[in-house]
Amino acid sequence: MEFILQPWPWYVSGPCIAIIMYLLLYFGRTFGMSSNLRTLCAIGGAGKRVAFFNFDWKSQKWNLIVVLGAIVGGFIAHYLLSNPINMDLSEATVKDLTELGFNDVGQSLLPPELFSWDAVFSIKGMSLLIVGGFLVGFGTRYAGGCTSGHAITGLSSLQLPSLIAVIGFFLGGLIMIHLIFPILF
Amino acid sequence: MGKYIKFFIVGIFFGIVLVKSEAVSWYRIFEMFKFQSFHMYGIIGTAVGTGVILLLISKQKNIQTTEGTTLRVPLKDRGFTRYILGGTIFGLGWALSGACPGPMYILIGTGAFSIIIVIAAALLGTYVYGLLKDKLPH
Repeated sequence: MEFILQPWPWYVSGPCIAIIMYLLLYFGRTFGMSSNLRTLCAIGGAGKRVAFFNFDWKSQKWNLIVVLGAIVGGFIAHYLLSNPINMDLSEATVKDLTELGFNDVGQSLLPPELFSWDAVFSIKGMSLLIVGGFLVGFGTRYAGGCTSGHAITGLSSLQLPSLIAVIGFFLGGLIMIHLIFPILF
Repeated sequence: MGKYIKFFIVGIFFGIVLVKSEAVSWYRIFEMFKFQSFHMYGIIGTAVGTGVILLLISKQKNIQTTEGTTLRVPLKDRGFTRYILGGTIFGLGWALSGACPGPMYILIGTGAFSIIIVIAAALLGTYVYGLLKDKLPH
């Protein structure tokens, strides 16, 4: 039990993610989380105005059930299967973030500087979350997948388009952290 | 409802793994893009490595899905522009919000309700992509 309550090492977590991908393939589906954003747009009626959302979203219900399960899984892991301990981040990361003005680095899953209600209801905080989310939604659909669809499923099946997409993920991430963060924070 | 139970269980497992591995943490994503820890590379690397092996074995054994079809991964369309541009745009947002579409939902379960703003914005981003799709280079 003690092992479960500790943070899981990468060599346990990685293979578990591969098993999740494989189970969904075994059930005749594919592992792709960002597709749910398109499905939710379709459920909201976007198909009436934009052809891209005019599809049979009911065929995607299974994936929304995965999402529902993931939310429950997040609850179980966080409230029932975790010892309250700080994250074991690298010292360099803690130092860099402290220099950018972040406090209590690694004491919660998300930095209060961005996700606490105080931050959310400031103009800067709200704008950062909205811009970040918007780029994720726009970029994943443009690229046709996210970490689950391209990085895990696409690379596991040795597909070149997914490799190009993953190179893009890192290009964008590196630009954000190394060039844009010093301006934002 | 019965046929959806298995997806619910897979989802629960997914949520637990991503929280316990800390892959849902904004800090871990920052650390990854700073190349300051092997943790996230280890997760993605072993996931892909295991995935490659599972798919190779299943191809060799000609495994059938529960739907009665041959198990295989659908092929992505060929192309370059959409993957590199879309990928880069997603990467910018991933690093800023610290959440890709899986963790976004999972974080709700951990009580981080402000992530709902990120999800709402992601829905808007998806909608705007749908609007502009035919005007964008793919």
